[in-house]
Amino acid sequence: MKTGFCVFLAAFVALGASWLGLVFGPLKQLGVATETKILQSDDKWPVQRTGDATLGLQVYRANGCAACHTEQIRQTGAANELSLVNLGVHQAADLKDFIASLLGTMPELMNFSNAVAGNLAGWDGKLPKVIYSGADDTVISLLGDKLKAVGVKTEARVVATGADIARMGWGVRQSVAADYLYDQPVQLGSLRAGPDLANIGVRSPDLNWQLQHLYAPKSITPNSSMPAFRYLFTVRAKVGGQSSPDALVLPKEFMPAGNLEVVPTAEAKQLAAYLVSLKNNAPLYEAPFTPITAAK
Amino acid sequence: MNSAENNSVCPNEIDASCRVPLLVLFGGAALWLVLGLALGIVAMLSFHKPDMFADCPFLTFGHAQAAANDLLLYGFAIPAALGVTLWIFARLSQAKLALPIVPVVAANLWHVGVLVGTISILLGFSTGHPWLEYPRGASVLLFAAFMLIAVSAVATMGFRLNRELYPSHWFLFAALLWFVWSYGTANLFLVCNHPPRGVVQAVIGWWLTNNLIFVWLALAGVGIAFYFLPKIAGKPLASSGYALFGFLTLVFFGTWVGIPQGAPVPAWLPTVSAFGALLSVIPVFALGILARKTVWGAKVPCFGGPFCFIRFGMLSFVAANLLYISEFCPRASRVLDFTWFNAGVTQWQLLGFAGMILCGAIYEILPRVMARELPFAKLAKLNFFLFAGGTLLFVIPLLIGGVEQGMKLRDSNIPFADASAVALKFLRISTTGQLLVLLGALCLLLNIFVMTLQWKLGLLKTVVVVVKDSLVEGSAYQPLPCDKSACATLQRDEEVKP
Repeated sequence: MKTGFCVFLAAFVALGASWLGLVFGPLKQLGVATETKILQSDDKWPVQRTGDATLGLQVYRANGCAACHTEQIRQTGAANELSLVNLGVHQAADLKDFIASLLGTMPELMNFSNAVAGNLAGWDGKLPKVIYSGADDTVISLLGDKLKAVGVKTEARVVATGADIARMGWGVRQSVAADYLYDQPVQLGSLRAGPDLANIGVRSPDLNWQLQHLYAPKSITPNSSMPAFRYLFTVRAKVGGQSSPDALVLPKEFMPAGNLEVVPTAEAKQLAAYLVSLKNNAPLYEAPFTPITAAK
Repeated sequence: MNSAENNSVCPNEIDASCRVPLLVLFGGAALWLVLGLALGIVAMLSFHKPDMFADCPFLTFGHAQAAANDLLLYGFAIPAALGVTLWIFARLSQAKLALPIVPVVAANLWHVGVLVGTISILLGFSTGHPWLEYPRGASVLLFAAFMLIAVSAVATMGFRLNRELYPSHWFLFAALLWFVWSYGTANLFLVCNHPPRGVVQAVIGWWLTNNLIFVWLALAGVGIAFYFLPKIAGKPLASSGYALFGFLTLVFFGTWVGIPQGAPVPAWLPTVSAFGALLSVIPVFALGILARKTVWGAKVPCFGGPFCFIRFGMLSFVAANLLYISEFCPRASRVLDFTWFNAGVTQWQLLGFAGMILCGAIYEILPRVMARELPFAKLAKLNFFLFAGGTLLFVIPLLIGGVEQGMKLRDSNIPFADASAVALKFLRISTTGQLLVLLGALCLLLNIFVMTLQWKLGLLKTVVVVVKDSLVEGSAYQPLPCDKSACATLQRDEEVKP
């Protein structure tokens, strides 16, 4: 009997510890979070959604979109990147030789000479050109200063790395807790049967593109495995032979035959507005990167 | 045990006291299992023929998959485990089921809750939190029903004539407590008017998912296995201390797993989960070895019988949970996350481990509780082979396909469409496995329903006879007394204690 009570007590403590650690702790730490500041800017993050987009989140939930799509970008690390943006009076070939001589003579740069030379090999003068990408930042300041001295403009940036980031348009940094502040419910997703959507609003900001893609994914990506969501649209007769202003403009083979037009329902419009609102493009304290626009 | 000998209750009386509650729980569970598997196949059709449900919102992957998963967990695994728990508690207590009407009412409430929840998901009223999709109306029903069944189970345990506590008690009691705790917490925070802000929702969701799929199923499944394995093998559990070690390490470490590596949350959360996962290897092995030692050398004829089910279940327990743990290894997670691997592991845990053990237990319990043989004993055996083959055929392609998909997703030079296309051929094989499991589930459903029908017909006949007799010679009907000599033979059956 005594053992029974001890076992119960031990189990109770174990279960309670897990509750305190994984429910109570995060609630205290994150449950009271507010907007954060975007790096080197006075703007706040995340941006509150428009009414349509907020309703669109509910359409996203109701249709279980998160069963196939994630909304989280992962990154494996970060790198300092130095790139050439303007050669000034120099020719590309001359500059290559100059950089090679710098690398050969400056002991601080010797360790990086292979990396930089590798980046410059086969360069045809196209700009901007990344000449160094890695963890070290001394090489960036040294090399940047030397190149500046001869009138070459360079740009030093912090970039996130990883497969998700390298896939063009998927996002420029990892997703962080702050990104989901206004989501209710938060739907991170756990399967990528379809692509990640954390940055779809930057990748495809056009509402009509989104609507057409929802109605007939194959009209945009021929080998898409996404089901068509035709039930979010109404197919109806054109009034007086005129298309209504929000009728979809579809390729011929996806158009319903006859004098018909495809019009998005309110739900489809809301969903598209929500998708367009998904952006992962603000540098934050916990996920820094140098935005391309800020560096100009 | 000797002191209780005189006032102990006949095992067949104990079994009879469980009859109605167990029939309601098992019958509903089997029905939901069949529907859940069928809905799961419907969900996968979206991958075989994407535009199939383009005009029908209810059966798209997003709707059907969530409903199917919840049917397997809330519809099948939990009520079936509760039924088995009630029976095991009554048997171990050597007392009749306490408050038998309570679990009958509760089981019906539970099934109504599952029905409401499933329809809600299909209609688009899901909450959007994985494994917690049922909206408030349904989850309140589930919670209330669970509490009621737990009350009956705990009362049965409290009124036990045999005061000893067995490892099964710890596991099953902890399962009762932990479901109420975790499911209640998750619903209070997530399915309410003012949920916490932001990503905490996902954290609580992951915590619940882990606690249901990994910890709860392990507690219930192993608790049940530790009752039946010694009985079947005819010798006691190899080591009670070892069982305690496995139990405590499971609740101490297993409950911390669940936060995916690389999740968009403060880094300490995934780190803690990774450590929890690493340490959870201990209980998984400990409990697996203990089960192995218990049945080692026991010569049990097993050709699709309950022993087969439970043995397969315990093997799955070790294999599926090790794979589950591997998902939380930071390096492995970079490949495995966001692929079909996770779905494969979860289905293995649900069907291969919990489903197998529960089916074995149901086939073992039903004939005793109903005091009659299974109507289709051969189908029960067929059920084992369909389940075993089907689960492996269902799960292994998902695992392999998931790894391949993950390797491709990791390489940003491979177009995304190629990465998802690679999984498609595996999904085709996997759906075949799903179909086999469905056939197996039909065997279970058929057995339970025909048994219920036979029992009801029997009742009807008794009623007719009693009414007839009373018309002819007044009140001739006397309830049958407990036959003490029959008791003695049945008692022998109980001598091997887990």
